[in-house]
Amino acid sequence: MNIAAARRNAINVVIPIVFGAAIVALWQFFVDWRDIKPYILPTPSSIGHELVHSIHLLRAASIVTAENALVGMVLGIIVGTLLALVANRFRFLSELVTPLSAAISAVPIVVIVSILNNMFPLGSQVARRLMVLIIVFFVVFVNVSRGLRQSDATQVELMRSYAASEQQVMRKVRLPNAMPFLFTAIKIAAPISVTTAFVSEYFGGTQDGLGQKIPAAMSSSKFPLGWAYVGAACAVGLVFFAVANILEFVAVPWQRARSSR
Amino acid sequence: MTASVSAEGVGKIFNARTKKQVDALVDVSLTIEPGEFVSLIGPSGCGKSTLLRLFADLLEPTSGKLLVNGKSARQARLDQDYGMAFQQAGLFEWRNVSRNIELPLEIHGWDAAKRHDRAKEMLELVKLSEFANHMPWQLSGGMQQRVAIARALAAHPALLLMDEPFGALDEMTREHMQAELLSICAKTGTTVVFVTHSIPEAVYLSDRVVVMSPRPGRITAIVDVGLGDERNVDTREASEFYGKITEVREALRGAEHGVGVAKVAGIEDR
Repeated sequence: MNIAAARRNAINVVIPIVFGAAIVALWQFFVDWRDIKPYILPTPSSIGHELVHSIHLLRAASIVTAENALVGMVLGIIVGTLLALVANRFRFLSELVTPLSAAISAVPIVVIVSILNNMFPLGSQVARRLMVLIIVFFVVFVNVSRGLRQSDATQVELMRSYAASEQQVMRKVRLPNAMPFLFTAIKIAAPISVTTAFVSEYFGGTQDGLGQKIPAAMSSSKFPLGWAYVGAACAVGLVFFAVANILEFVAVPWQRARSSR
Repeated sequence: MTASVSAEGVGKIFNARTKKQVDALVDVSLTIEPGEFVSLIGPSGCGKSTLLRLFADLLEPTSGKLLVNGKSARQARLDQDYGMAFQQAGLFEWRNVSRNIELPLEIHGWDAAKRHDRAKEMLELVKLSEFANHMPWQLSGGMQQRVAIARALAAHPALLLMDEPFGALDEMTREHMQAELLSICAKTGTTVVFVTHSIPEAVYLSDRVVVMSPRPGRITAIVDVGLGDERNVDTREASEFYGKITEVREALRGAEHGVGVAKVAGIEDR
């Protein structure tokens, strides 16, 4: 890497940090100056205090939410990919599954979660994970289906000229071609699965997870703690997003080369 | 000796008996002898790519008789009698250069060691030995096209079918690639059918230039080039070269009867 690029990278890191710090300082100053009540907006320092002293609470709630999001997401990716493969193989299934899955994903989360919550015993995380699965499955199904259809025409013609079987075309052209689409779907799905887990927690079930803890803290007037939970929710979402991006970077390096061309 | 390609009264109609019926090719007869380099040239829609795809059995003729290496086009494809290269290099981005070249051999069930040796040999032929482990997206357009040619020749086919393989390259790279292709063909003795819409390219490379015209697609003239086996930079400046270019251009004009001196659509004079 040359010096100019290194400097550009450094600037890319420094500018957001400085900007963020400035916002926090302004926020602190503004709340102190106007004497704003904590139930409207707590100071960053009080939130910071909770971030340090209630870290065990934050961690416990974050792990619950992250686990719900992760389990639902992984299952959603598996189900979405498998269904896309099957639908690609049997066209009539595609016509069956596509409108059905579109219909399911059009129903508001609140409604599905309420129904699912009634199906499973109290204290179960299944309903929340199923909710994430439904949302993620749809994103993955749509993208992978498109990826399987949009294979490079030249590559397919070449395979035909080699007298390759349909199965070989699938394995050596269609599947690898669908990979960037799968990872795009995962990138979209990662933050969504965290918010879905969060919202599902909010609408009932056990008293754990960030979706329960934030309104609980707020309603018992622990405003800085509530805001600290919000910070934790942000952090979980960011981790998911970052991991999804790293996965794409490692798994489909040619995607980067394509988009930078 | 069996002809590499022998077409007799070959025709291809798309969307037959519908409103959108297109007579892509009508009554095409052409014999290509082993070791020959034949270019197909003509304006867009003259069916030159369609004809190449018929030879490759990527399309089936609707009429006429077509033999490739003395057998049906389908059998020739199944026997991997030909290699193919397109305007898009069509490299598999998730495979490195060497494994791209190995792909046709893999499909035909060669074992790994043999495949690897052949890939190495082909890389030497196209002068890319040090790039065996590079990924396609790390190569320039000209290098990618060379890999595509190496891949097309990997199974040592007697026949090479090329559809505007240098169409996407810049002029300098293009001339360089043309010279490379000639030297490769001289070494391997491969028969080449080469689709292009550049007159100088067709004349420089070919033993014969097949001039085609559209609506319906058909062969209107065949120009014998005969610039000899030793073609180099000087060839491009020789008066015979220009003479042949003029001959092909006039044949193209004749094909577009009535167009007169106007430039034939889709044909490059450069």
